Amino acid sequence: MWTYNKMLQYPINIKCTDPKLAKVIISQYGGPDGELAASLRYLSQRFGMPDQKSKAILNDIGTEELAHLEMVGTIVHQLTDGASIEEIEKAGLAPYYTDHGVDVYPSSAAGVPFTAAYIACKGDPIANLQEDLAADVAPLIVQHK
Amino acid sequence: MSVEENRNCGCNCNTECEEENKVDCDLRREMINQIRSYDFAINELALYLDTHPEDQKALCLHNKYCKQVKELKDKYQKVYGPLTINYPCNKWRWLEMPWPWERGNY
Repeated sequence: MWTYNKMLQYPINIKCTDPKLAKVIISQYGGPDGELAASLRYLSQRFGMPDQKSKAILNDIGTEELAHLEMVGTIVHQLTDGASIEEIEKAGLAPYYTDHGVDVYPSSAAGVPFTAAYIACKGDPIANLQEDLAADVAPLIVQHK
Repeated sequence: MSVEENRNCGCNCNTECEEENKVDCDLRREMINQIRSYDFAINELALYLDTHPEDQKALCLHNKYCKQVKELKDKYQKVYGPLTINYPCNKWRWLEMPWPWERGNY
């Protein structure tokens, strides 16, 4: 089980709204290399790991990824908070706003809803850890674009 | 000025603090940042210890930080309200501080 901590892992205080940036950042929330995929990947793979060390590390990393998910959600929220309809339209967020309003919906930058197809759980520790390594590098590639 | 003296400031610390709340606001922010630093260090040490459980130096550091952050959190929660629902209060203070995405406990 989990206990919620009413604080962010790293403080976020965005002073200027920027819906255009939010439209891109949301991919780190619910996109193919986002934090939701990361947390579910680790937390789903932990069940089949063969020893205490690997179960522990996947459990604890998966938990930390949930804290990252909250930070990215916060960034999207603060970037769009108080934006006018005109700004939302100009940023290309009118379709998003139509379906999700001011919620933070897990989807990619292109608007594809989150899917479990983004993660692999193969029931094989080596295959799973290889997947984790690849998946952990992917966000860095996204961030450096 | 002690933390206790600044109780119930009602400071929301949105972007800039109100002038009269500035001292308390800075104090609160300093405390929460300390808590955050300890929590982060504890977290990373825990990940390391998961695969290196025999490392006594890391274990000692983990124990030390856990003890220090517990003291800090007790002090913080007494004044500014609960950080988790496991903190007992005479009245339900969980709703008082804005949520983290609204810059609560920022």
